[in-house]
Amino acid sequence: MAAIAEKIGWRSSRFEFVFDRPRVLGSLFLTPAVLYVLVLVGLPFLLAVYYALSAFTVYNPSHHFVGLRNFVEVVQSGIFRRALLNTFIFTIGSQILGLILGKFGALVLLRPFPGRKILRALIVLPWAVPIALATVAWEWMFDSLYSVINWVLMALGVVTRASAPQWLGDPHLAMLCVIIVNAWRFFPFAIVIFLAGITAVPQDVLDAATVDGAGFWRRNYQIILPIIAPIVVVGLIFGTVFTFTDLSVVYLLTMGGPVNATQVLGNLGFQIGILSGDVSHGAAVSLFMFPVLFVLVILMLRFIRRREI
Amino acid sequence: MPRIVNTAVEEGSFYAAVAFFVVLAAFPFYWMLITAFKTNADLYNVSNIPLWFSQAPTLDHFRYLFDQTLFARWLLNSLIIGVCVVAITLITAIPAGYALARLAGRNAETLGIGIFLTYLVPPTLLFLPLSRIITMIGLQNSMWSLVVVYPTFTIPFCTWLLMGFFKAVPQEIEEAAIVDGCSLFGSFVKMVLPLSLPAILTIVIFTFTLTLQEFVYALTFISASAQKPITLGVATDLVRGDIYYWGELMAGALIASVPVAIAYNLFLDRFIAGITGGAVK
Repeated sequence: MAAIAEKIGWRSSRFEFVFDRPRVLGSLFLTPAVLYVLVLVGLPFLLAVYYALSAFTVYNPSHHFVGLRNFVEVVQSGIFRRALLNTFIFTIGSQILGLILGKFGALVLLRPFPGRKILRALIVLPWAVPIALATVAWEWMFDSLYSVINWVLMALGVVTRASAPQWLGDPHLAMLCVIIVNAWRFFPFAIVIFLAGITAVPQDVLDAATVDGAGFWRRNYQIILPIIAPIVVVGLIFGTVFTFTDLSVVYLLTMGGPVNATQVLGNLGFQIGILSGDVSHGAAVSLFMFPVLFVLVILMLRFIRRREI
Repeated sequence: MPRIVNTAVEEGSFYAAVAFFVVLAAFPFYWMLITAFKTNADLYNVSNIPLWFSQAPTLDHFRYLFDQTLFARWLLNSLIIGVCVVAITLITAIPAGYALARLAGRNAETLGIGIFLTYLVPPTLLFLPLSRIITMIGLQNSMWSLVVVYPTFTIPFCTWLLMGFFKAVPQEIEEAAIVDGCSLFGSFVKMVLPLSLPAILTIVIFTFTLTLQEFVYALTFISASAQKPITLGVATDLVRGDIYYWGELMAGALIASVPVAIAYNLFLDRFIAGITGGAVK
């Protein structure tokens, strides 16, 4: 009884106007979050556009409007074009590798076997642990002299000490390394996405297909894959966005080297805009990522909408 | 007979696949672990077998880490940053998530997706203007800049997760509370919040791990060693010139990784339910 009396007290308070109308309370509840995001995401984005259109450096903070000159200069630089191409190679390569690992990992984890829980706990590690720290561990594994990977290759007789690969010193191998590390970081996420999708496939659909004579592969690629495609695409877009704009793996593993062989847009924008203090050109480089992101986001929205029908 | 062979081959390849994934996922961490406990003489001798100890394990690297570097300070910094960001995130994301799940009416769907999409705006697009803003408000080279900036990705992410969780709370509970004389706000505070404590705990854990995982903003805003969070400190400060202190690096990485790994594994199911609950229904 006391509780009810107390609640009536709430109702008759003079804030009844606010507390009882869904619309008013809803806007009140949403305002802090929306404001925070507008001020610290929306505003900086506009500021980035502004910097890219002016001649602004840390040393000479002029607000002189130069139009698209920064973009033109950026496009004309060989390093930028190299970085743009590398960013696509890096993104597509690591997403394909991550998806393949994710699909097979999900198949393995679907089947019950002793120790499955432990396997799952281990598989989540690359995704959970801060990527900067894991990248440092990979850097040590790729070390020029004490590389454990080379030691294994030598022990297996694949290479000799003289012919051991310089993982981070060779341009092509360095690109392979950053792709591997990034795919390694994302494949647990891909597994989780695949598993979430597969377990959502209705069992009776699968049973019906089996009765109709569909084998393992046929069930996989003609029944399960089309059903889980939307959630996989959403996961893939996620991974693509974060890989396309990534900085930490490249920064820690190769610094964009050797000789810009692994230079990507994120790292280039950081070097120009922060390390050299040329905010305008750095912002222009970063903004080149925007069209790609925009297309990805539109795709994502379409898939989110489609699954709701 | 061929049937038995078939089964054996199938089982064999299955466990080979299991072994492959174990090695792939865990080897870098095994390598971290074993490096952290090896003596330098053992580490830097190419004739030793690197996969196991050739000399007795040592705690030297951990001692060096705590005595000779700012490691303990970085741990403390990360803890402070994490707690503050969690507080800001909870205060803003819980009401926002509830509003999107129940109160905002027809526009909720669009608004929810809009907030979620801001989670996809990458740090590398915003770090230049944000570093200017940080300088303008006088927080350059201070860990408080991270407290200000980290909620830009934790709020959208947690709002989205919480929206999914709140949608799963049966609406009858609130209706009953309102019939009993609660206001809308009262039913939220007295009925929905207590029921959502597990979800809120999940948000706390994930916000905290997101702040530990972040690297780009920390790298951009902070160059003073004493202000660095743990991830940045370990990755950038334990390298002097071209000399890598691998034992110390791996020891530091290990200490920072273990709590995140445990948290993720404990809360993974809830996390997946949250993502798919919000996105898939």
